[in-house]
Amino acid sequence: MTTIEVRDVHQQFETFEALKGIDLTLNEKRIGIVGSNGSGKSTFARLLNGLLVPTRGEVLVDGLDTAKNGKAVRRKVGFVFQNPDNQIVFPIVEEDVAFGLKGLKLPAAQRDALVEEVLDRYGLGAFRYHPSHALSGGQKQLLALAGVLVTRPDCIVFDEPTTLLDLRNARKVSRVISELEETVIIVTHDLKLLENFERVIVFDQGKVIADDEPSRALSHYVERMQ
Amino acid sequence: MQGQQSSTRDIVYIALFAGLTAALSLFPPITIPAIGVPISAQSLGPMLAGSILGARRGGLALLLFVGLVAVGLPLLSGGRGGLGVFFGPSGGYIIGWVVAAYVIGLLHEWGWRRLNVVSSFIYCVIGAIIVLYAIGITWTSFVVDLSLLKTAMASSLFVIGDVIKAGVAAAIAVSVKRSYPIIQKTAVA
Amino acid sequence: MTRPRDPFASTLIHRLPAGLKLGVLAVAGTGVLYLDDWRLIALAMVVTLALYRFAGLSMRQAYLQLKPMQWILALLFVAQGFMLSWGMAAAIVLRVAALVLLAMLVTLTTRTDALIAAVERALGPLRRFGVNPAKVGLAFSLALRFIPVIGAQAQEIRDAQRARGLGANPIALALPLVLRTLRMASDVADAIEARSPYDDDELPPRFVEKAKSTQSRTTCKDNKAPLETSST
Repeated sequence: MTTIEVRDVHQQFETFEALKGIDLTLNEKRIGIVGSNGSGKSTFARLLNGLLVPTRGEVLVDGLDTAKNGKAVRRKVGFVFQNPDNQIVFPIVEEDVAFGLKGLKLPAAQRDALVEEVLDRYGLGAFRYHPSHALSGGQKQLLALAGVLVTRPDCIVFDEPTTLLDLRNARKVSRVISELEETVIIVTHDLKLLENFERVIVFDQGKVIADDEPSRALSHYVERMQ
Repeated sequence: MQGQQSSTRDIVYIALFAGLTAALSLFPPITIPAIGVPISAQSLGPMLAGSILGARRGGLALLLFVGLVAVGLPLLSGGRGGLGVFFGPSGGYIIGWVVAAYVIGLLHEWGWRRLNVVSSFIYCVIGAIIVLYAIGITWTSFVVDLSLLKTAMASSLFVIGDVIKAGVAAAIAVSVKRSYPIIQKTAVA
Repeated sequence: MTRPRDPFASTLIHRLPAGLKLGVLAVAGTGVLYLDDWRLIALAMVVTLALYRFAGLSMRQAYLQLKPMQWILALLFVAQGFMLSWGMAAAIVLRVAALVLLAMLVTLTTRTDALIAAVERALGPLRRFGVNPAKVGLAFSLALRFIPVIGAQAQEIRDAQRARGLGANPIALALPLVLRTLRMASDVADAIEARSPYDDDELPPRFVEKAKSTQSRTTCKDNKAPLETSST
């Protein structure tokens, strides 16, 4: 189980303050983060694996400071971006999954086996040697997830994983997410995705305005948006 | 070159501007009625790479593009590609794009603080017309055994198109400078 | 079911190492450049065409390589023929054609990835000048990955601007494409950083456990559960 501690975090972009003092301890298996556009929720997600370093305050992942131990933090916390097209960085499906293992001193046969296993698990085995560009939107999102899972993080942060998908693919991806054993933190507008979650945090204008079990937090959020 | 290391972000810029140069071949060529020469949007590539990314990254972006053409990808306008294009009469222009992007980048870094559409246009003309044509004409004249002067006269048909493109590139470079100033971060720290 | 035949293993020319082919092209190409007698150049042309046959390529495929420049070559032949002599005109045009055909033969018979690998290897000695072949390889891969993505965006922008009646305005076409490319570059760089957590590391514990189980692949297949999470 991963514990992420966020202590008095402020995030400043030139003249715009995206986060204004966030204090949270995250140690549930399923955490949802909601909020309107510009509420600071995507910025918050990027702080959790050190993609962003807070301008003030600190983020600790199992005690590791994201500002000082970027690589070690990214081993524990994987990140799946909203647009898989920008996350898939290699032209062939198999090469892309193998990318995350590149720095490891892993024998080629073992690396191939790991890649094959994760591709098979998400029904991408048949596309192993295909150009990644030729996959459908849903398949691309699964490939993006496969590329992260192959590095074996303890926790995965998703930034709006279903926003760019049609209804059928969105359902498929959300089912895959619900079956993950890893700790999952999802930033989303898709409230259905959060039904069986343990905790939902609501952001508004750079602050946490609700932090509760899903039904109460979401009803607060919906009220606030009206 | 020694000691200059490219960060991951630089490599992404380089690769994506090579891709952008390739994608520009998909825009329809404009034909100027008076001379009947079709103008492809592709040679905007070196101007944009140089003026937006600066000398080093811009030059490397075009070098990568040339490398991709050399390994056989049909990325030049009209779907041309492969090692053959370098040996053809216009091979010098393709190699010359690397130098043009580099020179345009150098000039933009030098004049970055007071960059406007006019200065950016002049920089693009220097790199993508004066320098590029010098390389292109020399190569053509060598390959087809025509005198430099006659080759230059034949090539001058294309200058008007490149002047228009320099104007387009300058307008884009100045507009991008406002929203995404990339050169400034590294060149004039 | 018959497996599709690998076209890149079909003839000896196809199977030659990419680096060797590039080397031969450089030497032969330079040689042809220095030939002046049109009969010798014609002989080089005949040899090149014979190599096309030898590689199982048709004369039509050879012609297709020259098609984009056929009018320039015809014009050049007539002009030089009148100004110099018909023999010299033939030499000039045949020389260009032979060079282009020879170079395209390498392209047509060699996989793109093999050529990229050859480029990476050739860059090895430049390491001491600050050239990092792995970074060059990453740049090639990224460009190959994003050319279709940027191409699709170019198409999209073209259609959208045409619908707005701006189809012929080059700034309205190129500016949005540039801005989208820059935004994409920043996302892609973030993704690369997020996705490459290992840096020449020894095998961390979470992979050691796995190494044992991959030896018996059958048990691994039934294992529906995601990766065994290392207990922390």
